[in-house]
Amino acid sequence: MPRRESPLQSEMLQGTLDMLVLRTLVLGPAHGHTIAHAIERGSEDVLQIEHGSLYPALHRLEDRGWIASFWGTSENNRKAKYYRLTPAGRKQLSVQTTRWEQVVRAIGRILKPATE
Amino acid sequence: MSLRRFLRRAQWDRERSEEMEFYLRIETDENVGRGLPYDEARAKALRKLGNRTLIREEIYRMNTITLLDALAGDMRYGLRILARSPMFTAAALLTLAIGIGANAAVFSVVNSVLLRPLRYPKAEQLVVLHQDAPGAAGLANAADGLALSPSMYFTYAEQNRTFQALGVWIPGTANVTGLAEPEQVRTVSVSDGVLQALGVPPAAGRWLLPADQIPQASEPNSFSGRSSTVMLGYGYWRRHFGGDRSVIGRNLTVNSRPRQIVGVMPRGFRIVKIEPDLILPLAFDRGRVILAGFGFHGIGRLKPGVTIAQANADLARLLPVWMDTWSNGPNLNGRWYENWRIRPTIRPLKQQVVGNAGSVLWIVMGTIALVMLMAYANVTNLLLVRAEARQRELALRAALGAGLARIVRSLLVESVMLGLMGGALGVVVAYAGLRLLVAIGPANLPRLNEISVDLRTFGFTLMLSVLSGLFLGLAPAFRYAGPRISAALRSAGRTASVSRERHRARNVLVVAQVAIALVLLVSAGLMIRTARVLRTVEPGFTGAEHLQTVRISIPSSLIPEPQLVIRTQHDLADKLKSIPGVTSVGFASEAPMEAEPPNWDNIFPEGKTYPGDVAPLRRFENVSPGFLHTMGARLTAGREFIWTDIYGLRPMVMVSENLAREFWGAPSAAVGKRLRQASITPWQEVIGVVQDVRQNGIQEKAPEIVYWPVLMRNQFAPNGPPIAARAVTFVIRSERAGTGGFLNQVRQAVWSRNASLPLASVRTMREIYDESLATTSFTLVMLGIAGGMAMMLGLIGIYGVISYVVSQRTREIGIRVALGAEPGALRWLFVRYGLALAGAGTATGLAAAAGLTRLMKSVLFGISPVDPLTYMTVPVVLIAATVLASYLPARRAAAVDPVETLRAE
Repeated sequence: MPRRESPLQSEMLQGTLDMLVLRTLVLGPAHGHTIAHAIERGSEDVLQIEHGSLYPALHRLEDRGWIASFWGTSENNRKAKYYRLTPAGRKQLSVQTTRWEQVVRAIGRILKPATE
Repeated sequence: MSLRRFLRRAQWDRERSEEMEFYLRIETDENVGRGLPYDEARAKALRKLGNRTLIREEIYRMNTITLLDALAGDMRYGLRILARSPMFTAAALLTLAIGIGANAAVFSVVNSVLLRPLRYPKAEQLVVLHQDAPGAAGLANAADGLALSPSMYFTYAEQNRTFQALGVWIPGTANVTGLAEPEQVRTVSVSDGVLQALGVPPAAGRWLLPADQIPQASEPNSFSGRSSTVMLGYGYWRRHFGGDRSVIGRNLTVNSRPRQIVGVMPRGFRIVKIEPDLILPLAFDRGRVILAGFGFHGIGRLKPGVTIAQANADLARLLPVWMDTWSNGPNLNGRWYENWRIRPTIRPLKQQVVGNAGSVLWIVMGTIALVMLMAYANVTNLLLVRAEARQRELALRAALGAGLARIVRSLLVESVMLGLMGGALGVVVAYAGLRLLVAIGPANLPRLNEISVDLRTFGFTLMLSVLSGLFLGLAPAFRYAGPRISAALRSAGRTASVSRERHRARNVLVVAQVAIALVLLVSAGLMIRTARVLRTVEPGFTGAEHLQTVRISIPSSLIPEPQLVIRTQHDLADKLKSIPGVTSVGFASEAPMEAEPPNWDNIFPEGKTYPGDVAPLRRFENVSPGFLHTMGARLTAGREFIWTDIYGLRPMVMVSENLAREFWGAPSAAVGKRLRQASITPWQEVIGVVQDVRQNGIQEKAPEIVYWPVLMRNQFAPNGPPIAARAVTFVIRSERAGTGGFLNQVRQAVWSRNASLPLASVRTMREIYDESLATTSFTLVMLGIAGGMAMMLGLIGIYGVISYVVSQRTREIGIRVALGAEPGALRWLFVRYGLALAGAGTATGLAAAAGLTRLMKSVLFGISPVDPLTYMTVPVVLIAATVLASYLPARRAAAVDPVETLRAE
């Protein structure tokens, strides 16, 4: 069956979003809404994502055991699903961050001479 | 992809939806906080979130096992389709249920009778010690070959190198008294080694052991000494002791002597085919055993890895040893038996147990399978018609992007579901069918009443259901899932254009059906002819339904003196004769067709010598005065015994007509001639000749028989005590035979003479006669049912095809009528079509039948497998029926109103 491509499904971006979610959760447990806004604000609104695309990512991360979820009560007393980082997730975050920085440095080195 | 997630995906979906709903609320709240009106705030939140369905689908797909999901979808769709055409579904399900059910029923019979008939550990090592003796003519005809003598048993058991255990056994009856009414029970007497060879552990207590086989005293006229222990069969134990384990050690009075119960065998334990009530030790008396006494069945367990050929060679090596070790008396050389040319021909036990039941069952199985094929042809036809109607739908699905594989799969899923549902119903049919089979099955099917639907049968049914489903789905799938979308879409909905190709498939199916029906009808016809021929055979007795038989045996422990035994039997006969309505009474060692083990003797007619002094063995019966008269056997010459002959121990015999012809040319010439058993025994005078009696069953040739009197001198010791027939069957001729009141009077009459005499095998001759016909009747009934079903299915098939053709060609017919076609000519047009189909089917069927009916040879009697009458009648009947089946739709065609049909287009 043909698979439709969702906007963030290309591998690189998918990995990036995963990393951003994990990074957000380092500060403590949060629910989906908080995570979405934290990413948006943290990037000073450069990364405009459809907030919905967060949910498949959360599902995937939970499935891999990098985050865990629990039901809690939100600031305004609503039942909400909270996510927290697991030890495996923490390790994964540092692995991904390292690799990301390598990639960025590499790309940077390639791009810099061209701009000079 | 884990199955757990797959099964939990509905819950996941709910949770994620809830989460997104929560997101929307917060986002909306925040937007409202920024001063937007609620509706706008909500809309903005929705935009921010994106397409919710898409997200849910994405998550759903992450959790999905695609194939399973698609299958479930196909199944739901299939169910909807099936539910939408209930008539079609009902017809198809019914056909499948009958087809699968009938096969499952027959399979479970084949399974328990042919595939696993032996319930012994490592049954493949078990063998029957069968022996041929071509030199002992007369015995060669007997299916059982030459049985073992006690001395043979000793030699074989003690000196063989190829058996783990080996023994001999003999079935019999015994009278048990002291427990309510006296009862005659079925016994098996075994030597040491029989239970050990079979290897089935006792349910309670212990086996009979070598110590039980040591005779404690001699018995007169017997190779067996006195023994004092007994084992119980499971059924007997349940019936009389309620399964009480404390019976071990108690005493049971068997043939008026106490025996200690030492053990109980488990449920279903059999010695070859016999399920005994009691198992007794043979306790051979070594001192009295001689070379002769060939009356014992041998059974053994081969050592692992030993082949039957090796075991045969081993026993053949022991035969000379046996001849030299034992003797028939002083001055008699044991090597005399070399004339018999005895040859061990060991057989697997399974072959012995299954016997010729196999051929009958395979015929039935084949028949049922053929009927199922026919039924499937009809269902396939239905599916084809329906697939045609669904062409538009299938084409539409293809046009919407469904691949070929996808459509084939959904069609197959649909038909497999049909198959499975049919199979589920089929199990119900199988249960009912088994009841029927067990009720009408012949008695020689081993363990018939134990047949049940077991796991293997379920597996078989399941497999059959799935295969049927696939098989049925393939035809429409291949035909209609093909890439002919545009053509289908364009032509659907119009009746005028029908491709010839589609007719061809249907025509082939119908021709096949007619052919199969013809084969089955010919087989059924052959069986009917066989049954009719059998009815005309003179069995050697008359008025079978008015002949009551009852078996009574008088053990030597109850009445030791032979003369007194005969006196008692004579009294019993007189008492029975005094019952109102009884016209005559007699008794004999065996009534015809009773299937008691036969007796054999060497017979030398006076004036004839045989090479090596070996005369053929002839069957003998001991008969009382009046026995043959009571049976209705005609006397062709001379006279019957009278009581004065019996008590006077006169040296007289009667012979059967065929024996008289063989020895003296004509029955009348036989009277006054003499014969004897051996050169040292006295001559006996022939006083009468009796018509031939079908002693072994109506289908077996009447054997040559010598009738001895019920009491006679011991031929080998004329001065010793005479020998009496102690176990005899009384036959009582009365119009009231078989009625409850009559049987009560019979019982009272016997017990008024001696209250410890049990009555066994209480039957009428009619029942015995029918039983000997059971195999034929069973095959006849099965083939009759199958043939009838096949004919119906074939006619329905033809009717369906012609109707369909008529409906497809309505337009053409309308035009023909409009142009002035005669109704008769129109009818002939379609009847001719039907006739062509029937003709092709009949021709194919005749060819197939000529080949297949040869397989039936063993169940046919008196006619050839290519019996001309059957082969002429059946096609005529079948073609006549087809003409009728095609005439009905043809008449409809002729009645077509041209105006209406042309307007309808």
